[in-house]
Amino acid sequence: MKRRIISLLMENEAGALSRVVGLFAQRNYNIESLTVAATEDATLSRLSLTTISSDQQAEQITKQLNKLVEVVKLVDLTDGEHIERELMLIKVRATGAGRDEVKRTADIFRGQIVDVTPSAYTIQLAGTSEKLDAFLRAMSESVVLEVVRTGVSGLSRGEKVLSI
Amino acid sequence: MLSGADMLIRSLQEENVDYVFGYPGGAVLHIYDALFKQNQMQHVLVRHEQAATHMADGYARATGRPGVVLVTSGPGATNAITGIATAYMDSIPMVIISGQVQSHLIGTDSFQETDMVGISRPIVKHSFLLKSATEIPGAIKKAFYLATTGRPGPVVVDIPKDVTNPTDEFEFDYPGTISLRSYNPATRGHAGQIKKAVSMLMAAERPMIYTGGGVVQGNGSELLTRLTRTLGHPITNTLMGLGAYPGTDPQFLGMLGMHGTYEANMAMHHCDVLLAVGARFDDRVTNTVSKFCPYATIIHVDVDPASISKNVVADVPIVGPVDSVLAEMADLAEARIGKRTEVQKKRLAEWWDQIEGWRKQDCLKIRVEENDQTIKPQHAVQAVYRASKGQAFVTSDVGQHQMFAAQYYHFDQPRRWINSGGLGTMGFGFPAAMGAQIAFPDEQVICITGEGSIQMNIQELSTCAQYGLPIKIVNLNNGRLGMVKQWQDMQYEGRHSHSYMESLPDFVKLAESYGHVGFKVDAIDELDSVMEEALAMKNRLVFIDVLVDQEEHVYPMLIAPNGSMRDMWLSKGVRT
Repeated sequence: MKRRIISLLMENEAGALSRVVGLFAQRNYNIESLTVAATEDATLSRLSLTTISSDQQAEQITKQLNKLVEVVKLVDLTDGEHIERELMLIKVRATGAGRDEVKRTADIFRGQIVDVTPSAYTIQLAGTSEKLDAFLRAMSESVVLEVVRTGVSGLSRGEKVLSI
Repeated sequence: MLSGADMLIRSLQEENVDYVFGYPGGAVLHIYDALFKQNQMQHVLVRHEQAATHMADGYARATGRPGVVLVTSGPGATNAITGIATAYMDSIPMVIISGQVQSHLIGTDSFQETDMVGISRPIVKHSFLLKSATEIPGAIKKAFYLATTGRPGPVVVDIPKDVTNPTDEFEFDYPGTISLRSYNPATRGHAGQIKKAVSMLMAAERPMIYTGGGVVQGNGSELLTRLTRTLGHPITNTLMGLGAYPGTDPQFLGMLGMHGTYEANMAMHHCDVLLAVGARFDDRVTNTVSKFCPYATIIHVDVDPASISKNVVADVPIVGPVDSVLAEMADLAEARIGKRTEVQKKRLAEWWDQIEGWRKQDCLKIRVEENDQTIKPQHAVQAVYRASKGQAFVTSDVGQHQMFAAQYYHFDQPRRWINSGGLGTMGFGFPAAMGAQIAFPDEQVICITGEGSIQMNIQELSTCAQYGLPIKIVNLNNGRLGMVKQWQDMQYEGRHSHSYMESLPDFVKLAESYGHVGFKVDAIDELDSVMEEALAMKNRLVFIDVLVDQEEHVYPMLIAPNGSMRDMWLSKGVRT
């Protein structure tokens, strides 16, 4: 079993996303995270999802996704060298002596404080999922009020591109 | 200038649709009005929308052309679901047009509203929800293109009522060709892989050919026959693939799988090179996947890349339409067959000797006690085979009678055997027979069914009366849900939980009440004469109620769980 990032281009049409998500439910594949938005070409959406699967399952997932009429092209980014990023916003209690400690930890992780109140910081952090997990662990002494993550986006390193 | 409703009808005409199977209702009234004003297409009014989908399905399987269904929103659409799923599982080309509530009412839980695109999503090849009348021609063109190309399948077109409004008229322009950037089914197989496959088959010591519904649907039967005869290899067909290779040919070992013949299953288990064409290694074929074909190198030809290495890993995958791949393989085989070495010929002859040994088992021999006058269900199928001279279109429902029909009616031509293999839909056989009869009014069409299955769509006796469809229904009546009972006998110590059919109707009187003919037969010596008399009634629907042995089981039967293909029950208490 291995974590994979499947990145695909699909027609920017109503119903296309539900077919992709439905396929995973129907065939008993898992989705760890999913993110989707339009691209520079308004007729196409780019969808990235992470899934944990065996090699045989991964082959079926890519074949079944390719069969969907609205899926134009897809790549398993983990097949080659790639860049992946996830964005997290985290709201933390920041009072008294802990306030400075939160700021220092955010700096170490190159997080930015994007909202401030007398009792809380909201920190923005981008990086791999592992880095975000590590930051959450580092904040375990603090009172975390809310966490929101975007799920993984990514693309291949070098000249290789996913386009039509 | 045409309204949306007229555009839809014109688009169907452009696709050369001759029959539409449907049922009217609120959301499709504009469409039905447009249908009324033309006479190029015929509409068949069913008694339940499920039957409309099975009729369109039977029509498609018999002809190779897509079946067309027209239903209203809400219950009309949901009633069609079982038939759509049936077509999806067996890769049957079908276009389903469903009415939808008016666009501004979608999402408000309005009268007869259901999310048809959502409900049908996992069981269609593709679907469309139209937003305006001008989308109709393009969507219909795409729907037929998608339904019939690559691996065929059902396509749903959901049309809100306002989109077909007769007062809103638009320019009608039907597209001549279509291309979709995201949909490009393979048009031929990889030449290198094909060459490699033929070399492997030539060099094989214990070759086996296993083909499925894909060869029937992909019109590859003649080419398959040519290739198989050139090679001189043994061949088996799946339940869906029967008729793709002549069932009476000596190279044919019978059906394989759960209720396949001893020789077909044994040859599968022992082969060293397996050529699979248009088959999908279904669990009813393979038995325990890890024990499947332990000695074989596997060549797999399929138009759908997702079918390859899904259940069983293929050593030589070939993605392409079966007809073009088989043609290339047959050409290569013909050119090279003369170069086969004496050793290779000897090995093949030895393999055939082994197979003939398995054949001597005579696994389909009917076991009858002395002086027993009860009709065995197998006898009834044999009588149908004799009376129809093996030439009929035979449809079946699901259960023991389906397996007996597959085992004892030998199909020499493709598209003559029509049954629900993938989904296993009881209630399929009768309406599917109607679809085949409508497509071929002068051919003999026989539905082999059981008293359980037939009652799932028996209301269509009325439709047959309306359209004069002279179908012959052979009801293997054992008063039991036979396959359920068989499993209960074998695995639940004979506890027959709800597998009885009490309070059955008098089927003869029931048929007569619709104006049809009914026969009942319960003695073996009357079977042939009744069957011949019934089949000779060319213009009448005849319901033949055959009272058969209530205790009979279907054999051979693969032993599950954990068995391989050589592990079979051969009769009650006797196993390999």
